[in-house]
Amino acid sequence: MNNIHLEITGVNMDFPTPNGPFRALEDVNLKVLKGEFVSIIGHSGCGKSTVLNIVAGLYQATAGGVILNGKEVIGPGPERAMVFQNHSLLPWLTAYENVELAVKTIFKGKKSKAEMKDWIEHNMKLVHMDHALHKRPDEISGGMKQRVGIARALAMEPEVLLLDEPFGALDALTRAHLQDSVMEIQADLGNTMMMVTHDVDEAVLLSDRIVMMTNGPAACVGETLHVDMPKPRDRIAVSEGKEYNNCRHEVLRFLYERHGKKVEVLETKEEGQKNDVVNFKQSKQINNKVA
Amino acid sequence: MSIQNIEQRIFNSEDFKNFFTELVTPIIGVLIFLILWSFLAPKVVTSLGAIPGPKQVYSQFLALVDEHKNERHKETAFYKRQEIRNSKKLAKNPEAIIKTRKYAGNPTFFDQILTSIITVMAGFLLAAIIAIPIGIVAGLSKTVYAALNPLVQIFKPVSPLAWLPIVTMIVSATYVTSDDAWFDKSFLNSAITVLLCCLWPTIISTAVGVTNVTKDLQNVSHVLRLSWWTHVRKIVLPSAIPMIFTGLRLSLGIAWMVLIAAEMLSQNPGLGKFVWDEFQNGSSNSLGRIMVAVVVIGIIGFLLDQIMLFFQRKVSWDKTVSLR
Ligand SMILES: Nc1ncnc2c1ncn2[C@@H]1O[C@H](COP(=O)(O)OP(=O)(O)O)[C@@H](O)[C@H]1O
Ligand SMILES: [Mg+2]
Repeated sequence: MNNIHLEITGVNMDFPTPNGPFRALEDVNLKVLKGEFVSIIGHSGCGKSTVLNIVAGLYQATAGGVILNGKEVIGPGPERAMVFQNHSLLPWLTAYENVELAVKTIFKGKKSKAEMKDWIEHNMKLVHMDHALHKRPDEISGGMKQRVGIARALAMEPEVLLLDEPFGALDALTRAHLQDSVMEIQADLGNTMMMVTHDVDEAVLLSDRIVMMTNGPAACVGETLHVDMPKPRDRIAVSEGKEYNNCRHEVLRFLYERHGKKVEVLETKEEGQKNDVVNFKQSKQINNKVA
Repeated sequence: MSIQNIEQRIFNSEDFKNFFTELVTPIIGVLIFLILWSFLAPKVVTSLGAIPGPKQVYSQFLALVDEHKNERHKETAFYKRQEIRNSKKLAKNPEAIIKTRKYAGNPTFFDQILTSIITVMAGFLLAAIIAIPIGIVAGLSKTVYAALNPLVQIFKPVSPLAWLPIVTMIVSATYVTSDDAWFDKSFLNSAITVLLCCLWPTIISTAVGVTNVTKDLQNVSHVLRLSWWTHVRKIVLPSAIPMIFTGLRLSLGIAWMVLIAAEMLSQNPGLGKFVWDEFQNGSSNSLGRIMVAVVVIGIIGFLLDQIMLFFQRKVSWDKTVSLR
């Protein structure tokens, strides 16, 4: 039925440092199916971004490698688009021009000018940003910037979408809206998606599978967890279900019992959860309003 | 209690503060300077008489304006006479060969100002055209940077006075002037000396600006697989624009200082020569006229910087950043 789209095999990553090489990753293995949504979760600094950067082709693994569609990844390519944590829009270009930069490079000679324009506007519509096409990044909110970042990635028509803590810097309400957008987009386009996150609820809500990484140095994949909930998922309905809470519990247990760091980390994280609960209520109200 | 509150509100109000710091304080500063000047100047007596105060300097300025006007009158009169003479000649004999001669009067103070401005702009613009590309390449390539760095570091501190003889020798050896040549030798000497001195700040700042392109934007460039040229145009240049302008403004400031020195030393036309000539003249008015020149040199230097600031605002994408 589903076939393997992306395969990470035996990846080691050593970073050169003044005190000799620092081994960030050791023997990371992961198979991702076509159209699957995989979240990577783990403590800060364990090497999640490094994994994503290797898949993107920004870093070259010290050992092992990544195979996409049966071919080895040797550098960045248009079939793998990346959404960065801090949006990384060019501040001197408007939202439209930021997306245009990607479209012009990828579809040079393949699309006419008019087709490119339609395509840019189409992608901006997908992320609900068609009302602010000609605003510059400093004129729009953090959430809107991130939407443009997603539009830029989508406009590359990628097979694999890589998201590195895409909503980490956003407030919980904006985050919820963007999560909905991402779910919507994946339902529409069926891209394979890999997302790094440190938000347990986000991982459970969005993912088909959650990959939990052990703490660095020499981090690897500790456990993977299938999230067996039908799609499309409604955040409110799902959050009351049994599977959701089971998964959530599993991930928390992995992060804090088996690979917990210090008590203080645990405490701050607990606070974060409380906030999330509050925010769910808020977003419920919003949803009601919309409905 | 309530009065105190009101007072506090007045002194805390932003508008008042801005008005005070932006307008009143500078005026007070200048006034204090003028008062000190007019008070202290007469106490210093030189071989050319006492140092002139602000009043005398201002009257010298008016005298210079008059001289300029007179010179212009003479010039137009000269050309009118020549024209009449020539047309008479032609009326007598249509075949006659007529000569038009140029007016050979002395350049006035304001002519010297114009010469200096043209020369400094020529040297500076040429330097910018050379320095910005070099800076970009040096910023992008560690190898080029390593190769250039020692040269830049060594040439940067060289005084214009040391460059001048070399430039003069090379120009007179390689540039053969005829009467209708594009540039005078003296113009080339000054402009090239200016160029050599103001190249370095722009190169250094541009290179620094280019190396400061954030890792994020570099990653974007990689993921989008931008071509080298697009990368430079869309990411490197806009990122580096603020630093490029910092360099350009430093360079222009240096260029203006260097030019005046070069003109003084080499007797090339311009404000520097005006100052030197007055110094050699040694009349009772000389000190006053030199002081006029000093003030004018300062004002022009300031205006040049303001022009650069204007362009920086025009080009800069980040309108929120405060530019000084
Ligand atoms: N370019 C680099 N050079 C040296 N060390 C790095 C580099 N990138 C990441 N690291 C180290 O690798 C580890 C994993 O980093 P990262 O993948 O960014 O973690 P995270 O899981 O928070 O995304 C960290 O200890 C970090 O210090
Ligand atoms: Mg990270």
